[in-house]
Amino acid sequence: MKLLRSFAAKVVGHTLRLFARFITAVRADWQGIEPVPRQRVYYANHTSNGDMPMIWAVLPPALRRTVRPVAAADYWLANPVRAFVGPEVFNCVLVDRRPEVNDKPMDKILEALDEGSSLIIFPEGNRNMTDDPLLPFKAGLYNMGLARPEIDLVPTWVANLNTIMPKGEVIPLPLICTVTFGAPVHVRDGESKDDFLKRAATALSDLRPDVEQPKTAAVTS
Amino acid sequence: MNSTVNMTSATSDLLLLFFGVIAILMALTILGEVLRARQRIEPNNPVLETYMTRVHSWWGIVLLVGVALMTGRLAVIILFLFASFAALREFLTLTTKAQADHKSLALAFFAVLPLQYLFIWMDWEGLFTVFIPVYAFLLLPIVSALRGDANRYLIRVAETQWALMISVFCLSHVPALMTLSFNGIDDRSVLLIGFLVLVVQFGDLLEYFFGRRIGKTKIAPGLSPKTWEGLACGVGSAILIGALLNWITPFGVFGAMAMAGIASLVGMFGNLVFAAIKRDRGVKDWSHLIPGQGGFVDQLDSVIFAAPIFYHLTRYFWGS
Repeated sequence: MKLLRSFAAKVVGHTLRLFARFITAVRADWQGIEPVPRQRVYYANHTSNGDMPMIWAVLPPALRRTVRPVAAADYWLANPVRAFVGPEVFNCVLVDRRPEVNDKPMDKILEALDEGSSLIIFPEGNRNMTDDPLLPFKAGLYNMGLARPEIDLVPTWVANLNTIMPKGEVIPLPLICTVTFGAPVHVRDGESKDDFLKRAATALSDLRPDVEQPKTAAVTS
Repeated sequence: MNSTVNMTSATSDLLLLFFGVIAILMALTILGEVLRARQRIEPNNPVLETYMTRVHSWWGIVLLVGVALMTGRLAVIILFLFASFAALREFLTLTTKAQADHKSLALAFFAVLPLQYLFIWMDWEGLFTVFIPVYAFLLLPIVSALRGDANRYLIRVAETQWALMISVFCLSHVPALMTLSFNGIDDRSVLLIGFLVLVVQFGDLLEYFFGRRIGKTKIAPGLSPKTWEGLACGVGSAILIGALLNWITPFGVFGAMAMAGIASLVGMFGNLVFAAIKRDRGVKDWSHLIPGQGGFVDQLDSVIFAAPIFYHLTRYFWGS
């Protein structure tokens, strides 16, 4: 039974990957790092539920096998299908966002890092519905960088997904999605939490492709 | 009896054309391999590597199109349907849009595009020539307007319509050539696709080659390295190729030369139009889907521009 489930998880994973490739022609742009197996925390912007599967889909197989997305337990355990896809297909590290639960998300994250896994996290905490490129980051990224300073924190920009699948729409648009990986950041000696989070956010928003930047003065020139 | 004879000759002409192109590709591949072997002292010459990637992509394209043409109408229509899908995806990735356009963009992809190819498959000329310029043109902006977002509205709907005209309407005129018939013979029309694609693409290739060699006067310096000298040589070569290929067309020698020249010329200026769009959007290529050549639109731009004009001229002067 266990074997059957893990086989089913592989099949579902491949199907999702092919689907992502066919619909969005998703492509990785390795700007700041090489696609080599190395322990990393990929931290990404979050505009759509499709963000995590896209990053997962563009990673080469050797990297994909060791990467674990950090995701909300309340979302992924909401029904049996998600409870299969989240933990078994994507191998998620499920954390509980509810404040009343005495379950420290950071402990689970550090545990996964100490097992040698790479992680995908969304430091904004929620999907960004504003016109700003990023919401303020939560402290988690800083705490990870402080606790495990040797691990690369890699800014990862997912472009176009907010138009492919905006919140509230049912049909995804088949537009081209690009996932850009930037140069890794680390917490510097004595760097304050706010300074680091600001620097990490800038490193991420700098990866936005030009076409996504708001056009100013285009008409007046 | 008569139609059997015609079909056989169309098929054998198609095979002859296909193997002719394969022979040219083999020559180009061998040329590249010889150059690569001679340059072993200085490996990874970027120009040579680009050339080889392009030749490899060309193998893929020629095999796909060749097999589709030999399989028949439906295969050609499905092939171009997917090409249109890829082109529309590249185009709409770069256009201005808002969430208010989500439904009209979904309709463009999942209704307008398949319907256009369905009408071509049904041979419904009265509809496929006006469906996008009239019906999609009027109806999609209504769908966008219903969501009540006026911010950059005209830019949004105009760019969406441009994307549909280029990627679906114009490109679909390549398989639409199969709906034409000449003096009651319609199965030779598939050869016209081979003729159009070959004269336009080889014209482009030679324009690039001669432009590099002898090009001096730039046509549009801000946009593209294209030169008048390269353009003249490219169109001249296309005319020659058209003359050589006249046996697969209903045009006759001089007709084939004229059609090849017009198609190639329009295609080259089309290339310039696409260069302007790319420059406007700050991208070098439309996407990265075809190794060495950028996106589908990069590969198809001149054919996209030439196809509707080639279709209508053919229909007006030789159609029956």
